[in-house]
Amino acid sequence: MNVLVCVKRVPATGGRITLTPDEQEIDTRFLGFTVSPHEECAVEEAVRLIEAHGGTSVVLTLGPSVAEEQLRDALAMGIGEAILLQTDGREWDPIATANAIVDVVRSREAAGMAFDLLLFGNEAADTGDYQIGIRVAHVLGLPCVAGIKALEVRGGAAVAQREADGGREIFEVSLPAVFAVKEGINLPRYPSVPGRLKAKKKEIHRIVPEKRGGGLEKVRLKLPEEQQGEVEILGSGPEAAPRVVEVLQRLGIVPS
Amino acid sequence: MILALVEHDRGKPNPLSLEALTFGRRLAERADVPLHAVLIGSEARPLADLSAAYGASMVHLVTHERLADFAPAAWAQSVVEVVDAVAPEAVLGAGSDRGNEVMAHVAAKIGLAMAANCVEVEPREPYVVTRLRWGGSLLEEARLEGVPKLLTVAPHAVAAEEVSAAGEPAVETLTPALEDEDLRVRVMGRTEAAEGRVSLPEARVVVGGGRGVGSADGFAMLEELASLLGGTVGVSRVVTSLGWRPHAEQVGQTGTRIAPDLYIACGISGAIQHMVGCKAAKQILAINTDPEAPMVAKADYAVIGDLRAVVPAVITEIKKALDG
Repeated sequence: MNVLVCVKRVPATGGRITLTPDEQEIDTRFLGFTVSPHEECAVEEAVRLIEAHGGTSVVLTLGPSVAEEQLRDALAMGIGEAILLQTDGREWDPIATANAIVDVVRSREAAGMAFDLLLFGNEAADTGDYQIGIRVAHVLGLPCVAGIKALEVRGGAAVAQREADGGREIFEVSLPAVFAVKEGINLPRYPSVPGRLKAKKKEIHRIVPEKRGGGLEKVRLKLPEEQQGEVEILGSGPEAAPRVVEVLQRLGIVPS
Repeated sequence: MILALVEHDRGKPNPLSLEALTFGRRLAERADVPLHAVLIGSEARPLADLSAAYGASMVHLVTHERLADFAPAAWAQSVVEVVDAVAPEAVLGAGSDRGNEVMAHVAAKIGLAMAANCVEVEPREPYVVTRLRWGGSLLEEARLEGVPKLLTVAPHAVAAEEVSAAGEPAVETLTPALEDEDLRVRVMGRTEAAEGRVSLPEARVVVGGGRGVGSADGFAMLEELASLLGGTVGVSRVVTSLGWRPHAEQVGQTGTRIAPDLYIACGISGAIQHMVGCKAAKQILAINTDPEAPMVAKADYAVIGDLRAVVPAVITEIKKALDG
């Protein structure tokens, strides 16, 4: 079985966001970077699929040269191979991104290395476009199940589940197929030290992608207005408990 | 005209669709064009009146024997055929899981851009939309090209509003040409929700725990506090990443959005991804050792101290009040 997993490098934002003066980016001078959460789970799912069924796994990202860091994180978790669609770091819109991924999938297919499963995050943590996996599936003529919280492969088919109204919806598709994964489908492993060392030495296939398509263009970023109220400090330590209960009574949560 | 997709699950409307209708009606008024609704599946027929109540002057009902249950690509094909028939200037879906999914399929089928989770739209050429990034912690102003403009409306960008003089809507029925390809992905079975537990999105009180809880066992006191207050436990992402609690309890951008009367955030620093999950809480009480924590700044009430000492004291005090 051959599995492709597509990830995105995003800043680890912490408690607040600061923008660059031109309002085009988040100021990341003091931030680390990480794999977007849904995609981290997609990587874990890919590793588990290969552990269970054998085959090859490839991680792909579209981003700046330093996105190599996130590819190595995925390699350290157990992915076999990494592809970097290297850009100058400016954002590509969903259509352009999906087209670049499609090009890779088709060239692998032409080389006799077609993928059985293509895994995506349901939406990237930063841009939240909700569409890359669906667009790739559409261009390739593959089925796509989005928002999945469980995946089981049996022979040439897969059963996927997603959450709906507290219950689950069940989908069955034949492979090859595209899946957009949600966090919670698994608990991603921490890479082992030998895994990290091995990942360090692996080659990253760098490709300069052709940019085709667009239609959604960022003008600027802005921070939402904060409705900042005053916080009432009720006290310090366990001595504050009676005042907490007063508040609970005032709010009608504890009867007075 | 503006076309709004009214999303439903086996006939039950998604309330976010009513917001999308309201958003669409205001957009239509500004552009001085009518608002139409699209309903998919014969089970949706009764929603025609509802769509009219929220401003649609015409309803396009798409029926097909193979549209019995949710199938994202088939729903998208249905929307595409209405688009072909009536040539709207924009198509709106709700910024729900299904809404974003179906509109992404529509966009892929037509080959146009799609802007997810918009909170504002300036209807000029091209559209200038304001949309959510980082689950709402950041906004993006973007130009959206294409005819029609394809977008989804962020949850709670507007409050759903009925129109005063809703007439009987004109209903136009259409049968789409569905291919087998459109039905490869469809709901083929279900497991229903477990009964009995207070569900996180609907809980009146949520007791949240973060890294400061210290261990999986540390959650016993939060469970006790939640149960005394008739609420339930929610957690930050670090807690699920550490394997202390299941992901189903995670509050935040990649977890559940909560809207309780009171959120008691214990040992949670307040990363932006967590705050977008709890910002709809009416009141926040933070219990934290760090008075500078973002959660404390955003709270209505705070106790500075170790939750492992504060929570047991609060539990004792509540029991006293209840025995009162």
